[in-house]
Amino acid sequence: MKNKRTELIVSAISNGTVIDHIEVGNTFRVFKILGLENTKHQVYFGTNLSSSKYGKKGIIKISDKFFEDEDISKVALVAPSATLIEIRDYEVVRKENIKLPQTIEKTVKCFNPKCVTNNQQVPTRFKVITDHHGSMKLWCHYCEKTMDKGSIEFL
Amino acid sequence: MAVFFLPIPIIKRYTMSNIKGKSLISITDYSKEDILHILDIAEGFEKDQRQKLLDQYVIASLFFEPSTRTRLSFESAVQYMGGSIIGFASADTSSVRKGESLKDTILTVSNYSDLIVMRNPLDGSARYASEVASVPIINAGDGANQHPTQCLLDLYSIRKTQGSLENINIALVGDLKYGRTVHSLVQALTLFNATFHLVSPESLKLPSSVKKWILDANLKYHQYTDFKSVINEMDIIYMTRIQGERFPDPLEYEKVKNSFILDNSMLEDSKPNLRILHPLPRVNEISEDVDDNPKAYYFQQARNGVYVRQALIAAILGLK
Repeated sequence: MKNKRTELIVSAISNGTVIDHIEVGNTFRVFKILGLENTKHQVYFGTNLSSSKYGKKGIIKISDKFFEDEDISKVALVAPSATLIEIRDYEVVRKENIKLPQTIEKTVKCFNPKCVTNNQQVPTRFKVITDHHGSMKLWCHYCEKTMDKGSIEFL
Repeated sequence: MAVFFLPIPIIKRYTMSNIKGKSLISITDYSKEDILHILDIAEGFEKDQRQKLLDQYVIASLFFEPSTRTRLSFESAVQYMGGSIIGFASADTSSVRKGESLKDTILTVSNYSDLIVMRNPLDGSARYASEVASVPIINAGDGANQHPTQCLLDLYSIRKTQGSLENINIALVGDLKYGRTVHSLVQALTLFNATFHLVSPESLKLPSSVKKWILDANLKYHQYTDFKSVINEMDIIYMTRIQGERFPDPLEYEKVKNSFILDNSMLEDSKPNLRILHPLPRVNEISEDVDDNPKAYYFQQARNGVYVRQALIAAILGLK
């Protein structure tokens, strides 16, 4: 029931994409990752909404817009518990947890100031890895340094 | 990185490898078989150094920052093989000073040479150069990141002095946190069932990301802050320089700086096969009284760098 109330707080859409269950505090980052600052589509945005699953959550709904899997997977960098929902004619046609991609390109800045990507016009490229504690980390293809989730800065 | 830990097939000496035409950027670019292939070829150059394989070949030597041993040993390697060298020994004498990008420099020099040897202060610059160049790149050091030819000459020196790379006890001493040669050597020796004895001040311990390679290979490491207790069990002692500027607190440096100095008296009860290695330059971490001990091997180690670099150039150009 609580989820339904959330749907009402942030307007329902007839066609488009919903990113649900975003960790509180990361909703704006997801917004930026998806490049929604300059979009012409209608975007509905909510944060600190009640969630039976997580207590509090963020949600973003984008009308008449469907993303490539490669683009949507970047969301998992900052919101690993987020859910992707695709709606066509008010019907949910796709609902799944967003999975981390194997590589991240041209999205994240390398945290190493001496990395070639921070000093020449070189697009960044990272391999997504998991350390022995199960934490997600990014391994720079160029400088070979490993970056914690907390150091992630988007380009 | 994952490729490095794939199961390794049984090694057959003198097998053809996939080195021809490929850049060498990180030691992890090479399999165990590739490494042994290069070391085997290097043995041939040690026996007969003046094999004129590079007649009519042009090798570019692009050193964007100063280097003594690495640059001179590469240039010596090329000249022993009868090749020609073009290039520069510092960024000040190239168009980099006019603001030319690395990409443009590499694309241009690719037109003038068969292979590029490059040192650059930026981490990852060599990998990037290999992606834009139309000829193979050999990384002669990219900032604090990789220095794979140093690793190959270290491996050559270990194999030559111990007869094999397998199952050695190695003590790595000094700055294990920032030393890129230590990190590459650990990576490579995980292929050869080594046991690692890590001797360093508390603040310069081997990073956990490097220890993970040891653990992933089901091998053992032991950590020490007391140097003397490990010497007598070792096959190889690999010394490195501890730099005062690495310590956030100068007092801490003063406290530990003499704890990691090797002098001749410390080697009295060491194993007969022990050899002392050092990537050089040394400052004071090996006393000069060790130099005359037959167990001191660091100057021969530097000489081995020429054979290994000859082997590498010949293999990449498909001449061996």
